[in-house]
Amino acid sequence: MYAVSCRIFLRLFLAVVSLVAALPAPAAGIVPGVVCDGCHGTGGHSAGTTIPSLAGQDRDYFVIAMQAFRSGERPSTVMGPLARGLTDTDIRGMAAYYARQTPLAQTAPVDPALVKAGMKVFYDRCKTCHLDGSLWKLIHQNRGYERECSGRCHLDYGPERGKVVPLIGGQWREYLEMELAAFRDGSRGMSKRKARAFEHLDDADLAAVAAFFASRTELQR
Amino acid sequence: MKAAGRRAFLRMLGAGAGLTGLALAGCATPEILPKSGRRVVVVGGGFGGAIAAKYLRLFDPTLEVILIERNRRYVACPFSNQVITGLRDFEGLTLGYDALASRYGVRLLFDEVTAIDPATTTVVTRSGRVRYDRLVLAPGIDFRTELIDGYDPRTTPELMPHAWQAGPQTLLLKRQLEAMPDGGRVLISVPAAPYRCPPGPYERACLIAAWLRRHKPRAKVIVLDANPDITAMGALFREAWKTRHAGMIEYLPATRVSGVDTAAGAFVVEGVESVRGDVLNLIPPQRAGAIAARADLVEEGGHWCPVDPRSFESTRHPGVHVIGDAAIAGAMPKSGYAANAQAKVCALNVLALMNGKPPHELDGINVCYAAIGEDEDISIAQVFRVADGRIVAAPVPGGASPANLSRGRLEHRYAESWLRNILAEMSG
Ligand SMILES: Cc1cc2nc3c(=O)[nH]c(=O)nc-3n(C[C@H](O)[C@H](O)[C@H](O)COP(=O)(O)OP(=O)(O)OC[C@H]3O[C@@H](n4cnc5c(N)ncnc54)[C@H](O)[C@@H]3O)c2cc1C
Repeated sequence: MYAVSCRIFLRLFLAVVSLVAALPAPAAGIVPGVVCDGCHGTGGHSAGTTIPSLAGQDRDYFVIAMQAFRSGERPSTVMGPLARGLTDTDIRGMAAYYARQTPLAQTAPVDPALVKAGMKVFYDRCKTCHLDGSLWKLIHQNRGYERECSGRCHLDYGPERGKVVPLIGGQWREYLEMELAAFRDGSRGMSKRKARAFEHLDDADLAAVAAFFASRTELQR
Repeated sequence: MKAAGRRAFLRMLGAGAGLTGLALAGCATPEILPKSGRRVVVVGGGFGGAIAAKYLRLFDPTLEVILIERNRRYVACPFSNQVITGLRDFEGLTLGYDALASRYGVRLLFDEVTAIDPATTTVVTRSGRVRYDRLVLAPGIDFRTELIDGYDPRTTPELMPHAWQAGPQTLLLKRQLEAMPDGGRVLISVPAAPYRCPPGPYERACLIAAWLRRHKPRAKVIVLDANPDITAMGALFREAWKTRHAGMIEYLPATRVSGVDTAAGAFVVEGVESVRGDVLNLIPPQRAGAIAARADLVEEGGHWCPVDPRSFESTRHPGVHVIGDAAIAGAMPKSGYAANAQAKVCALNVLALMNGKPPHELDGINVCYAAIGEDEDISIAQVFRVADGRIVAAPVPGGASPANLSRGRLEHRYAESWLRNILAEMSG
């Protein structure tokens, strides 16, 4: 049995309240969404470190990911066949269901030194694209960084651009490491821009940046 | 848990919880838990019932939900084949029901259901009668041991464990394997389909073979299958047997065990041939959990419960819904994941029916992993829908692992999380 601390309990409770709160609304996606939770956890809060939590995932990103699974562009084990068996309506419904759930940070301890190293990797190589709401806030709280702001982020992925940014903060470290490894070994494709960033990253950097994203506890989109 | 004996195990299960009151017949029994508002009673707290109870409350917190289950602790079957060969113990597979009560407000009654009367919407337990507006029944399976000559339901499983309801039976099979001499023969009998967990017996053959190679390399596994061929993920298991377990597993299709010869330690095949073994894992043919037949929910001449494919309402008795292994769910396999998915769709449709709303469509999903060795798994993933009144699989090619098993290690990592999540769904 999995020991559940008070903190986790409280978070789960809040998550449950949010699942309930989500229900009286049109039931879009309830059926396809809840049946995914057998693997992804109640309300999309995964208890398994190799399966991602989906709670709070960006609705558009969810659809993009499922389409990539369906076409095989993104490699997978069970997700490809599932995405091919589901209709577009199902997938949109699931996207809405998960977007409604409150994201919760993963609960495994992460090494603070690794997180610190990962934050540097984030600033150096990831931050112009991977700016979900809370990371956007983080970099603007960083005075040193503010001073050197080139404005580049605003040109590309700033909130004003309305680009689709996946929520990866607070995700399980093991899952993030597995996906980063897939990018690295070429089994999961990536944009030219991401590939350029990867050229500068070694395995230690990837482990660190996975720890950094996993350590995020503020998860607003 | 590994060290704990059978007695401790039983104590842990809280067996006997329902054995206090005397079994009283129908109307003479007092009503317990008098009904005040809208109420759904769920019978059976396994993969189907626990999830139905939880999601009924999640979907409608004003509804009273009572879960009646005979045991205080639930021991999950998935991955219990790994317990047999010491790769895992029962601790992580054993669940309590506290969270269902404290977090979701499900009322728990640990008791044995002895009868169901759809006409008076009443469930009879050993301690009294419980009324319902709608009933969800998820009793799992029982064995059709009458199909096996010489099988004594009390003593035979102690000699020839089925280990198909996880718990003491699993540990008995483990002990027998450990005690077996090198060079011994492990027989696994696979019942005619449909049965619980189609890939389960073949997974078990893989895991036992892997263990034997390490500990008793001259021993062998013989699979006697009542079915004409491997019933699930056949090509993948064959590949695993060829490449991972060469020389360790002998597969005999269309070989039905029709009797036992306990004195000789042998299975009797089709009434004629006798096959001797040192460990005899006899998985008998199956039927819906006994209470389903007692409640007249089983189809004429059959052994499982016919249901509407969306609401899972019995086609024999309105107001009673049957989910999980006990139900006839078309193309959906008798798996824990399928029971979990059915429970959620059923819960929504129970509420829809109670509130006079149109039913939700079924979008069933099944994802199952099967171990092919100590650190490799294969999987199958399918989507199900209703067509012409039947549950069918969406016609998608490639729902199973690649034929060359190249993803075995990766799938093993996913399998572990699958287990954690599906169990966490039931207990948290
Ligand atoms: C070796 C093995 C491996 C497996 N591996 C997997 C796997 O990897 N993945 C997967 O998805 N599935 C797997 N399964 C299948 C899975 O265990 C079943 O499909 C699942 O348990 C079905 O759920 P259920 O709710 O129908 O029945 P159960 O889980 O059996 O629950 C039924 C419950 O009802 C209670 N009950 C019954 N009658 C009464 C009564 N009269 N009064 C009170 N309580 C009662 C029982 O005590 C029990 O708790 C495996 C099965 C086996 C045997």
